[in-house]
Amino acid sequence: MIKIMHLNIRKTVVATAAVLALSSVAAHAETLNWARAGDSLTLDPHAQNEGPTHTLAHQIYEGLLQRDMAGKIIPALATGWDPLPDNANVWRFNLRPDVTFHNGNAFNADDVVYSINRARMPTSAMKELLTSVKEVRKVDDLTVDFETNGPNPLLVNNLTNLFMMDSDWTEENGISAPQDIAGGETTFAASNTNGTGAYMLVSRAVDEKTVLKANPEYWGKDDFPLDITEIVYTPISSAATRVAALLSGEVDFIQDVPVQDLKRVSDADGLKVVKAAQNRVIFFGMNTAADDIDSDNVDGANPFADVRVRKAMNMAINRAAIQKVVMRDESDPTNVIMPPFVNGWTEALHAPPSGSVDDAKKLIADAGYGDGFSVALDCPNDRYINDEAICQALVGMMAKIGIDVNLIARPKAQHFPLIQNKTSNFYMLGWGVPTMDSHYIFNFLVHTTTDDRGSWNNTGYSNAEVDEMVVSLESETDLDARDATIGKIWAEVQDAQIYLPVHNQVLNWGMKDGIDFDVQPEDQPHFKFLSLN
Amino acid sequence: MFPTVLRRLGQSIFVLVLVALIAFLIFRFVGDPVNNLLGQEATVADRADLRERLGLDNPWYIQYVDFVWRALRFDFGISYRTGLPVSEMIAERLPATLELAFASATFALVVGVILGIYTAIRRQGWLAQFILSSSLIGVSLPTFLIGILLIWVFSVELGWLPSFGRGDTVDIGWWSTGFLTWSGLSSLVLPTITLGLYQMTLIMRLVRAEMLEVLRQDYIRFARARGLPDRVVNFGHALKNTLVPVITIAGLQLGLIVAFAIVTETVFQWPGVGLMFINAVYFVDIPVMSAYLLLVGLVFVVINLLVDLSYLVIDPRIRDGITRGGSSA
Repeated sequence: MIKIMHLNIRKTVVATAAVLALSSVAAHAETLNWARAGDSLTLDPHAQNEGPTHTLAHQIYEGLLQRDMAGKIIPALATGWDPLPDNANVWRFNLRPDVTFHNGNAFNADDVVYSINRARMPTSAMKELLTSVKEVRKVDDLTVDFETNGPNPLLVNNLTNLFMMDSDWTEENGISAPQDIAGGETTFAASNTNGTGAYMLVSRAVDEKTVLKANPEYWGKDDFPLDITEIVYTPISSAATRVAALLSGEVDFIQDVPVQDLKRVSDADGLKVVKAAQNRVIFFGMNTAADDIDSDNVDGANPFADVRVRKAMNMAINRAAIQKVVMRDESDPTNVIMPPFVNGWTEALHAPPSGSVDDAKKLIADAGYGDGFSVALDCPNDRYINDEAICQALVGMMAKIGIDVNLIARPKAQHFPLIQNKTSNFYMLGWGVPTMDSHYIFNFLVHTTTDDRGSWNNTGYSNAEVDEMVVSLESETDLDARDATIGKIWAEVQDAQIYLPVHNQVLNWGMKDGIDFDVQPEDQPHFKFLSLN
Repeated sequence: MFPTVLRRLGQSIFVLVLVALIAFLIFRFVGDPVNNLLGQEATVADRADLRERLGLDNPWYIQYVDFVWRALRFDFGISYRTGLPVSEMIAERLPATLELAFASATFALVVGVILGIYTAIRRQGWLAQFILSSSLIGVSLPTFLIGILLIWVFSVELGWLPSFGRGDTVDIGWWSTGFLTWSGLSSLVLPTITLGLYQMTLIMRLVRAEMLEVLRQDYIRFARARGLPDRVVNFGHALKNTLVPVITIAGLQLGLIVAFAIVTETVFQWPGVGLMFINAVYFVDIPVMSAYLLLVGLVFVVINLLVDLSYLVIDPRIRDGITRGGSSA
């Protein structure tokens, strides 16, 4: 006998469910077809600390607070927060009343304590952001205290991607700990969600398609436009196909328009490109500490150890040419390894260095390398916008001052271990600053490499005085004094020239003309802010 | 015949073990997955800890033996990238790749044979000349360029066909098929042409060459002399004798179609195993990469095995020669 086959037309089921759910909410269903290069890695909100994963999670889950489309911190599940007047080690958060999770459970202080503790577990990818937290305590149903090890004036900056889960739902489904990939387990949370966010999960096929619909019970219904009632998210990895899908009208919004296609998209009828500076700075780093390096042709000495060589190299970088030729004007040249939104950024730090190629040649001759030298440069080829092309441009610029650069371009999976293992002597790196504070840069890129700091400082730069100042920022509550210390550290960093800054990347979002949506500096669209006109 | 089958099976298993071994040797140069697994805030200690828990600090041969041992029990581990079981990921994506491969093979075979016959019979016709010369362009352009050109013309300019994805699918048991919906079928058109174009050209040229060869034979002239109509001579006598080598080649090409699907799937965001493999390479997702390479190895080994065995069945000289110990010298 022929077995009767189970026929299930996915789309019909999805559509029926959506119609049933939406008929009571919105008269007009507005679907947004959204594409970007990569998919979210997991739906477990604490299992990965990665951009596209957080972007999807932000539609479904919420934290106590979040960054809005301009990058400013605004309340989400908390309505306000302040340090206790008599104890600077404790931050008190007042929670938003009458909030429910998608399954109908009420949100309260127990969920906050539970979620933060979950995010601090060993298998959590978010635990590094919570190292300063000593304990989270429930005061009453709508009040929570965060006690830190010493005062932490920037605690809230670390909470923008820390999502709240429903403690009952999480316990019931056996997902009290974030997924442990190393332990070889899969979890319910990787493919199921229960948040408080503006959108709820309808269906998801990894790397293929994720469908969300508006949450009819959302607390912010009157505060946000919420014009979109359904989101269909498709990762499209090939840039040409992504642009074609936008041009043909199959998708309404793409997050990453390649620079070579910007004109085509903005010239197309009914489409536009919206731009903004991105929270990511691109620069080169050098091994300044070793007595000798093996990737150059100088015997018994390390040319990068001489600050005059580093200054000369910085002068020789023609940032305007890189902006015009390599980036087609889509970059913001800078002389500091800090994007402009970050606390500590000044116009003076940002301004291009003075000095011509001739000055640079003179400086390098003073250092004893008038005849030049050759050195290898490690460069990623799939991580930053036009990364390899920027490195190629640098090769030409360094040749003008007698430095013969051999470019070695590799995929990011091979490039980054060189920096983490401190085996590269000259390399490209990009850096985003999620906390939007200079401390984040100093902690990873300037502080001496120790067990828990300086993990990306491959320059070998080690200055005890600077280290001490960096650590002091973590507990300085007088914000003026703190900013002064930040200024001092930057002066040291600029003076030592351990990095050669190039530019800040520019984000380009392509979308239909009818969409009114600002570019978010962290490349995190929050669709509840999107309005249609 | 039985010992021969056993020996061929043994050889096949040896090839698979070798494929896995070479794959593991290559993985050491692909990069470090730990960086992708942990965010940029991770400390040196976190990285070392995860590396140890994943067993990445073990020498490669221990990782290899561990992999083979688990693969024997059909346990391919958990994907580093998605956190899902690899066997489940492959089972979900295999229908997409197999349907695309099937459609491409059918396209290549049907169109290739038809055009091959046409260009053989109308050797001097301008259309046949045009088909032959334009097919050269099709062979010399790389697959991804053909895909992008097709997208540009048929999706962006004309707006007839979708540029990416698989459209709506229907689940029949665990198999999801795109053959039963309109959007599924229209999504299939461009990837099918892109993937099958090379094989189509190959088959067309093969059929043409074989046809021309056969049409020169005496029995064809004899048939014509007897006054048989062209249709009977061309299709009844010539084509039949042309098809044997064509089918052999086409069978072997099927494995290549599955392997070549990587590029086509990437261009069209086709949610099959090829796209899964490319994503895994970028992420250094070792469990997925090793399982995929083993799968492709398996496809080739099975096809070769079937071809070898079919020779045994078809050709009595091979069969008898081997059962007698191959002593006929």
